Amino acid sequence: MSVTTMTPDLHQAQGLEVTDNPGPAPKRIVTGYGFWIFILSDMVMFSCFFAAFAVLSGETAGGPHGAELFNLKNVAIETGCLLLSSFTCGMASIAADLRNRFWFQVAMAVTCALGLAFLWIEFHEFADLVARGAGPSRSAFLSAFFTLVGCHGLHVSAGVLWLLTMMAQVFAKGFRADIQRRILCFALFWHALDIIWVAVFSVVYLLGSGA
Amino acid sequence: MNILDPQGPIGAAEKTILIDSVGIMLAIVVPTIIAIFAFAFWFRQSNPRATYMPAWAESGRIELVVWSIPTLTVILLGGVAWIGAHELDPGKPVEGTGQAITIQVVSLDWKWLFIYPDQRVATLNTLTVPVGAPLNFQLTSASVMNVFFIPQFGSMIYTMNGMTTRLSLRADEVGTYQGLSAHFSGDGFPDMMFDVHVVPQNEFSDWATKTAHGDNALNADVYQELVKQSVPKDRSVYRLDDPELFLGIATRRIAPGPGPEQTAKIGASDAR
Amino acid sequence: MLGKLTWAAIPFDQPIPLLAGAVVLVAILAVLVWVVVKGHLPYLWHEWITSVDHKRIGVMYVLLASVMLLRGFSDALMMRAQQAVAFHSPGFLPPEHYNQIFSAHGTIMIFFVAMPFVIGLMNLVVPLQLGVRDVAFPTLNSVGFWLTATGALLVNVSLVVGEFARTGWLPYPPLSEMTYSPGVGVDYYLWSLEISGVGTLVAGVNLVTTVLKIRTKGMNYLRMPMFCWTTLASNLLIIAAFPILTATLAMLILDRYLGFHFFTNEAGGNMMMFMNLIWAWGHPEVYILVLPAFGIFSEVVSTFSGKPLFGYRSMVLATMAICILSFMVWLHHFFTMGAGADVNAIFGIASMIIAVPTGVKIYNWLFTMYGGRIRFDTPMLWSIGFMVTFILGGLTGVLLAVPPADFLLHNSLFLIAHFHNVIIGGVLFGAFAGYTYWFPKAFGFKLHEGLGKAAFWFWLVGFYVAFFPLYAVGFLGMTRRMQHYDVPEWRPWLMAASVGAVLILIGIIFQIAQLVVSIRDREELRDHTGDPWDGRSLEWATSSPPPVFNFAVLPDVSGEDAYWAQKVRAKQEASAEEPHYEAIEMPRNSPTGFVCAFFATITGFALIWHIWWMVIAGLIGAFATFVVFAWRDHDEYEIPAEEVARIDQANISERRDMISAAGSV
Repeated sequence: MSVTTMTPDLHQAQGLEVTDNPGPAPKRIVTGYGFWIFILSDMVMFSCFFAAFAVLSGETAGGPHGAELFNLKNVAIETGCLLLSSFTCGMASIAADLRNRFWFQVAMAVTCALGLAFLWIEFHEFADLVARGAGPSRSAFLSAFFTLVGCHGLHVSAGVLWLLTMMAQVFAKGFRADIQRRILCFALFWHALDIIWVAVFSVVYLLGSGA
Repeated sequence: MNILDPQGPIGAAEKTILIDSVGIMLAIVVPTIIAIFAFAFWFRQSNPRATYMPAWAESGRIELVVWSIPTLTVILLGGVAWIGAHELDPGKPVEGTGQAITIQVVSLDWKWLFIYPDQRVATLNTLTVPVGAPLNFQLTSASVMNVFFIPQFGSMIYTMNGMTTRLSLRADEVGTYQGLSAHFSGDGFPDMMFDVHVVPQNEFSDWATKTAHGDNALNADVYQELVKQSVPKDRSVYRLDDPELFLGIATRRIAPGPGPEQTAKIGASDAR
Repeated sequence: MLGKLTWAAIPFDQPIPLLAGAVVLVAILAVLVWVVVKGHLPYLWHEWITSVDHKRIGVMYVLLASVMLLRGFSDALMMRAQQAVAFHSPGFLPPEHYNQIFSAHGTIMIFFVAMPFVIGLMNLVVPLQLGVRDVAFPTLNSVGFWLTATGALLVNVSLVVGEFARTGWLPYPPLSEMTYSPGVGVDYYLWSLEISGVGTLVAGVNLVTTVLKIRTKGMNYLRMPMFCWTTLASNLLIIAAFPILTATLAMLILDRYLGFHFFTNEAGGNMMMFMNLIWAWGHPEVYILVLPAFGIFSEVVSTFSGKPLFGYRSMVLATMAICILSFMVWLHHFFTMGAGADVNAIFGIASMIIAVPTGVKIYNWLFTMYGGRIRFDTPMLWSIGFMVTFILGGLTGVLLAVPPADFLLHNSLFLIAHFHNVIIGGVLFGAFAGYTYWFPKAFGFKLHEGLGKAAFWFWLVGFYVAFFPLYAVGFLGMTRRMQHYDVPEWRPWLMAASVGAVLILIGIIFQIAQLVVSIRDREELRDHTGDPWDGRSLEWATSSPPPVFNFAVLPDVSGEDAYWAQKVRAKQEASAEEPHYEAIEMPRNSPTGFVCAFFATITGFALIWHIWWMVIAGLIGAFATFVVFAWRDHDEYEIPAEEVARIDQANISERRDMISAAGSV
């Protein structure tokens, strides 16, 4: 006894026009897509630190408030560095697309310098706060502040390390397809850090200074 | 400690909700389980009388039914949950005869301190309450989290350092019951059992008056001993020196429990 | 030099963990010596440890889960034994030891048994079901597995070096803070989970990208097998939920290591924030585990009923509804924290709403059986056992979602019985069904049916005997995590529960016997056709075990139950035309994952014991590993078309014999 009925295709049965899936996507798409998903998960992690900051921002335990601590001028310079570095990072991507080694290295070097400048200012801000007795163990508010801002700083540091690795790779190997894909991921990462910084800047510094 | 044998209105109402909810769900669960066995048995491969429908996989009518059965059940139960959550909210005051009693509960490592601020009395691991009177509990913790629970009275509630939670109960039968901590709090946790004596109202005031004039005082020194990690041998009663004691603990004015007296043998050198 | 690590860390005064550790150590050494002496090491290294083949990685995940199941189950046996004797007595386990055991039991069973088991099955099966040659990121897949193994290793190291957490499987502060838990136990917990959490996240990113971007021609979303859908839902949850766990544990780490005040009693810390955050991960986690199990049951019930899955679109809708709803119910884990009536009621009702799509799934499986021709092979037995058991677990779950009922039952043994009811009855039964169902696909021979059935019955009866008494003792007010007790009414139920644990032990022994006997008799149990169960989806369209490239020619799909349709077509049209073979590019194996995990282990261990130079060395090593990986020039190799043709033709001829044999019945 053999089975002769086929499962009807739902789409055809209902007369819907569906384009069939063309098959596995090309590698560049897959890599970029996967990295986007990773960035989304990273944003979820940041949102936890944002939530913790929102919950604890009033818990100063008799210690200083944000308004007494933040130097908006420094933060403005930091923001400038990071936004500008996003621009130069974009230039590096264009250079990579055009397979122009010289301009790629130049743009990446400038991005790196701007990233380091950002980290330098942030490090000084942190060191200054600790020296003034407003370190992370002073109060829950400061714990949340250092964690949120510091986590972004750690991401930037990792980004700088990655950036230098990419420069070395392009120097040694040129624009191989897999290196191009890594440059694409790096660019996504660097721009995402910018977006997160905008949120940090607004939520922590602007709102914090106002309160 | 049987929660199905409640001794007060809160426990009784919660038991009713529990049993009603199970009943509502059994009404669809039992037929479903029977259907699983029936279908599995009837449509077994070796049964020649069963019809084989190798392509049958869609039926709008059945789908409508299978989405609506659980939906209707959940609507019904959701009503129960909504009303129950409001009626039996732990902080909602209960009615009762006689004067309401305020009891402040502090969970310590690993014992319960009960403070009666109006009676100027405090007790350790033993709770004495008047029958039929509304019992208003205010709860906090002097160290880690615990849960205050007298199974036969109903609702349990967390105790947390730096916070006050509220719970209202009533005991309707004279007798001795047991309470416990329902949240793990460290090595001495299983010993956080306490006795609950429900006594006639006049007996309660006699007890309170007598204890308030006793020799055993709860002062700062005694409290400093209590916050250390230990499992007490006996169930002490105290005269309460400082009626603001609970407030001090709940607002962290009094420092929380110190934890293990000597840091664990491992890593002792690096402990802060 | 060695941070906090001294000889005092080895528990010479505690015979049980020391003995257990020694036995495990000797066993590992024996296996290693055997491997080296027999000359299997190069094979293991080249074919398994450095493998980036999703099937091999899937098998290794399941192997890890099985080994850890034995560890977690021995913890369970000790707990049941302790509670059976510790009436008016301290029992045989002192509190500090008992508390480690229940903490380790929960941590291991969730993170190192249930998670790797389902991730392993997803890895093994999903690319095959999608009709493709690999996952999106093969090397990353290997990294993910080895990081999970690192976490498992660190948990086991805590048995002999130092101690494990004594705070429960979710370390609620302030108990888990430095003040109240100064030992290294909580640190072992934290770093194991941080490291394995990265591994899980990597697996999640990989599988989501695979399902969304790597499907064969014509494999539209609504033609994917249900297991692919549940894989997608489950891994979306991983991506959204695991970062929350990472962040929450990171806050606790900062509290413990650098004196921060996220959850402390001092300086404005807020312990309720921990509970909210951890359950914002923890509740989706339940669905991360159970959704793939639902997918397995969908495949099994449909295959063994000889019918397509009933209400496929309803199932997809229900799966995605659960995926979203699971993020809206976390508060039901602490109704008794005094949140207020409105909040409790809303979260209670939201929790119940999840029962609707879940109920729909049960009915759809029921109607899949309706009109079927049901074969009761072991996977089907697990599925029916699941349906009945899971309904009861669902009932008690919805009961706990009614706030006033929860006020009585929160943290009680009733709760313990409930979640074991859904996790054993749902996730574990699903994992076992999937293990039996897909074993022939992975290894080319079936598992012994008789022993499999014996294992099933002991597990099923053992489960009921072990956990239904716990429901009862929950009604008697007994709370979880009691090292000893003085209440006489509790005792008989706890004795009964320990009998159940022994029955489950017998079930596990049967499972081990089944594996051993099946390997011994593998020639008789050989699956020649690649389709031992008369399957319906594409994993059965290739040989067992599949060639490294899975499919010689990527299948072209035109409907649901793609392979079933192929078979039907093949029976109608006697001769299929000769496929056109092309050379196939496959990723090269790479030790990146293993080496990276080696450095992660070093770093984790050093962090636990505050050995800072070693932390830095480990981190540099991990970075260097990635740079070396990034520097290689050839990451793929080519299998020539003739080789592909040769492998494929061998399978096709066996398969043709089977189909003509079936056609002549």
